[in-house]
Amino acid sequence: MNQLDGIIDIVAAICMVTITISIALLLYRVVKGPTNPDRAVALDAIGLNLMAIAGLVAILLGTTRLNDVILLIGILLFIGTIALAKYLEKGVIIDREHD
Amino acid sequence: MTRSNDLILRTMTVLIAFILFGFSIYLFFAGHNKPGGGFIGGLMTSAAIVLMYMAYGMEAINKVIPINYRVLTAIGLTIAVATGIGSFIFGEPFLSQTFDYFHFPIFGELELATALLFDLGVYLTVIGVTLTIILTISNDRS
Repeated sequence: MNQLDGIIDIVAAICMVTITISIALLLYRVVKGPTNPDRAVALDAIGLNLMAIAGLVAILLGTTRLNDVILLIGILLFIGTIALAKYLEKGVIIDREHD
Repeated sequence: MTRSNDLILRTMTVLIAFILFGFSIYLFFAGHNKPGGGFIGGLMTSAAIVLMYMAYGMEAINKVIPINYRVLTAIGLTIAVATGIGSFIFGEPFLSQTFDYFHFPIFGELELATALLFDLGVYLTVIGVTLTIILTISNDRS
């Protein structure tokens, strides 16, 4: 069991490095992205990687208290992306009178 | 501007808003022993309501949820102050709290603390303030 913990820690550390590289590449897309939808999609993907990092930190620290945080990041990411998409498409986020 | 068809967004909103309300209530009640509490629960509830506003527009949701959020802020602050003042009745200092164990038919033995009532005040205040800010900003004429 002790040996297994060591393997899990090593794997989690390797995954953390990989996701960090992924976030760095996505950050390049956010800065460089030619159009605004590119930046919106890249920010969405960064949030997704942030969820993965929260999960890996929960594994490394050996705690279950971060599960709420992961769900919370997902929900806020969803709402934020919808707000960005509505702004990019229509110019308003909350329509005053619909139809 | 051409009329857009938000069928996917609206259908998903019906599902996800319910999940969000459930998650916010879970966070509100979990605040005593786990991460959570009135503040983040209120923020989740307002996130669900904002999602419904984004999907269905201002007028439809004003009809569905006919709540004045400024009044909700006042109610929340009144509850929070009333739990503080209520401790004077028992001759205790301001904002002192107590708990006791009760037996319920389905849930069994539960620990009920008066801190939950203070948290309810925080919850309602956070919902009222957040939605007042967002709806006031989105209501202005461009």
